[in-house]
Parts: sequence; structure tokens; C-alpha cells
Amino acid sequence: MSGMPTLRSRKLEISYNIPISKTLKFWEGLKEGKIYATRCRRCSRLYFPPLADCGECLESDMEWVELSGEGELITFTHIIVRPASFQNEPPYTVAIAKLKEGVKALAWLTDVKKKDIKIGMKVKLVPKIIDDRLTYEFKPL
Amino acid sequence: MIGVGHSRFGERQDVNVKELAFEAVKEALNDAGLTPKDIQYMCLGSIGVWYEEPLPAVAVAEYCGLSGAGLMRVEAACATGSAAVYSAYTTVASGFTDLALVVGVEKMREVDTFTAVELMGRAGSYMWEFENFGLTFPGYYALYATAHMNRFGSTEEDLALVAVKAHKYGAMNPLAHFQKEITVEDVLSSYVVAWPLKLYDCCPISDGSAAIVLASEDKVRELKIDTPVWIAGIGASSGTGTLAYRSDFIGLDATVKASRNAYKMANIEPKDIDVATVHDCFTIAEILAYEDLGFCGKGEGHKLVREGQTEIGGKIPVNVDGGLKAKGHPIGATGVSMIVELTKQLREEVKPTSRQAPMKNYIALAHNVGGTGHYCYVTILKR
Repeated sequence: MSGMPTLRSRKLEISYNIPISKTLKFWEGLKEGKIYATRCRRCSRLYFPPLADCGECLESDMEWVELSGEGELITFTHIIVRPASFQNEPPYTVAIAKLKEGVKALAWLTDVKKKDIKIGMKVKLVPKIIDDRLTYEFKPL
Repeated sequence: MIGVGHSRFGERQDVNVKELAFEAVKEALNDAGLTPKDIQYMCLGSIGVWYEEPLPAVAVAEYCGLSGAGLMRVEAACATGSAAVYSAYTTVASGFTDLALVVGVEKMREVDTFTAVELMGRAGSYMWEFENFGLTFPGYYALYATAHMNRFGSTEEDLALVAVKAHKYGAMNPLAHFQKEITVEDVLSSYVVAWPLKLYDCCPISDGSAAIVLASEDKVRELKIDTPVWIAGIGASSGTGTLAYRSDFIGLDATVKASRNAYKMANIEPKDIDVATVHDCFTIAEILAYEDLGFCGKGEGHKLVREGQTEIGGKIPVNVDGGLKAKGHPIGATGVSMIVELTKQLREEVKPTSRQAPMKNYIALAHNVGGTGHYCYVTILKR
């Protein structure tokens, strides 16, 4: 059914201004080479990615905790068909690891050959800064 | 259910979203013997970011002669259609209305593939899993596939068997997006989308619509409906949007919870089910569904498909309409499409008859997942 007559709509470009004031320490921490999580002072639950409010006890009394970044790979995938805004990136590996502190993290896994990636392998989550973009990635440990 | 309607699924560049919905609405109302003016409430399921109309309930109602009815538009990712059924069901079950129309419609092919991949990938946890990491919808399920294969020994060949089964039944369904059979080799040699998932492990990006008319018991008697199909149980649950907050990646807790709620409400067990539609947006999703719905034990889903137990003639026929995988997955329409298919199965009017599952208890189950267990609805039907 492709090739049928269509009317091309007007074009609209959208981008969102996402507030990060409540998790700013996390983003600032990346610049200092640190990975921060938050912990609820009331129920002691540790949050990574960090949250400003605790949904378990509905409190907002959180403290910042630096993570070791060290963990074990739980699962991974190689993303070959990429979204429109990632077309300029080569294919990437997304992995989830359980960190020593008990929380999990999801990030790209780099500096390792595809065939050497195994569930259970030791990895370390480290900050990465490319141009203005603050992010973090796993590297094999 | 007193009336059902279903458009042809596929790339439908011949119709806009309103014209597409009209196909299903007209058929459903005709099937029920009603006119648009009889409808008091319409619940429309549609995600709707890929087509031009931001208020699809209003646009569809106007086009189908339903303006004046109470309208609602719902979203529950790929479970949107079931969420619409749930909403309409509660209005009838509570006595608030006695006739309600559910429409599921999606027009996904008005944007290019990479834009569609982006819009689906953003749905989950934009800030923590898309902004920097570009996780895609196939990628979400690929993370589960990798973990399941590592833990339970399921293989890429097992996943391929799910696709082969879907295409086998899709080839018998004139409304399906894909109507051709494929082989395990076709699946294994197709290009990788999100390893270990390949092109033929993935459902297509489809356009389509489906509609059902729900009526109260009084209305069914008043209209002298000869073969009503009843909603015997509905269960809903959800999971975190951020995958990093989940406990494991070998099953969907939302499916377990939603199905147990539905079984309890309908007072049935999995062994009572004659036919099921389960959410197979990716081949691994069907295997997870068998396990999480209790059709087999945890970690045994791939064995069911190896043994052919989920084909017609097996223990429990699943997705004998081709499933999302071959029938297509117009997101908002899928959950409604499942109910349309199962209503026809329970009425024993599926054509060709080679696709009709044998009925013993006249009980059917629809399992509809939004995202990767971000939402889940399980609906149990009885005749």
C-alpha cells in the first residue's frame, strides 16, 4: 500500500527543557569523576539512578552516597537498528550490571570485544564527558 | 461483547486514522445490530504520536457519527487497547452505562522507521535510559532474551520457532500484516536488530484498527443477542519504567500479577483455557508469557514451543491469528484486536476453519503487555 497519494504535514521540531536542579549533584559529580546515588535517610533505601524523593516512604530527606562503580554484568544487548537521534553513532552495547552496593545501573559497555562480553563479568561504571554531554559507561574491570 | 470489528492490518497508506477506525467501528456496530446513536460512551485506545490528529477520540467519534457520546482516550503503551477495554468494562459493570464502544486504532507508518524506533525507545525512562543510551524497544526485550537464554538455556532457534509458528497462522489470516510462511533459517539469517533479536524476531510497525461493543446483561437480553461472549475476569498490573530498578530480567512481574488477579476473578486456572492470545511483540516475549501466565513452569517456555504445545492440536493454542509478530502490532489496536479474535474463536466462527481452536470449556485469555511489563492487562473471556 506504499506509493499511495499523501499530503505531507507541516514540520514541527520539539525538544524539552528538563529540570535537573534536584539531582544536580549527580551531574556535577560526573565532572569530578564520581558516581553518586541517593539514599533515603528514613528507610535507608539506596536509589540509582538517583532520586530526590523516596516513593517507598514518601519522604524527601535524601543523602548523596558515592558508589564504587564496581559491579557484575547481569544482561546486555547490541543495538544495531538505532533511533533517529542516534543515527550518527556506530552500533552500541547496552548493559545492565548489579553494583557492589546492591543497586543496578544501565549504561553502554565499551572497551571490550563483543565476543568477550559474558554475563557475570566484572565491570566498572565510570563518568564520561563528550563535548557538553555528561554521561557514564561501563568498562571491563 | 455483542459486536466486533477489525480492519486489515499492515501498511495502510490508503486511509487516514479516521477512515481506518471507521472500518472497525462500522463492522462492530453492524455485528451488534446497533447504530452510532445507540452508543453512550466510547473509549478509544491510541498512542497517536505518529499521526497528525492530537485528539483521536474526538476525530474518530466525529467521523463515525458518534459525536455526543461520552468520550475517553487512554494510553498504556502497547497495552493501550486492553486499557480501553478495561475502562469501558468498568463503566458497564458498574451500571454507569449499558452500551459502550471500544476502539483501538494506530497509524504508525506516517513517520519513517527511525523516528518510530525513537518514539518507542523514549517510552520507558527517557532521562536515565534513552537520553544517553538510546535504548530501543527491541533492545528492552533483547536484554530479557540474553538473560533468559543465559539462565535457562533457551536458544536463538527456540525464538525462531515462535516466529515460524506466528507466520504459519498469519498466512491463514486475511487481515494479517504478513501472510507468508517462513522457516527457522529465514529467522536466523535475517539481520540483527538488537542482538540476540533479529528482524524476524520482531513484530512489524503496523497500521490497523479494531472495535468491540460491550453491553450489560440487561441490554444483552433486551437486544436478544444469541451468542454473547462475556468478560469473566480482568487483571491489571505494572512495572517500573526504569529497567535498572527491576529485580531481574527473566520474566515480567506485571504479567504474573495481572494474570493471577484475572484468574481469581474468573475463578479459573490456566489449564481451563481453550485458546489464548499473548503479547508477542518479540519472540522472547511469547516465551516469557507462557511462563509468567502459568502455562508452564518458569524457565520452561521454550520447551512448550519446541514440542508444538501452543499450536492447534497442542495443550493450549496460542496466537493462532498470527500474533503481534505476523498479524501486526498497531499499538493502540492490538489489545482490542485480541478480544475480537477471541470473541470469534469462542463463537466458533473463525475462517478459515483450520485456524479455529477446538472448544472444550469455552474459555479464552488475552494477555497484553505495555512496554516491557511497564503495563499489563489480562482479560478472560467466556461464552
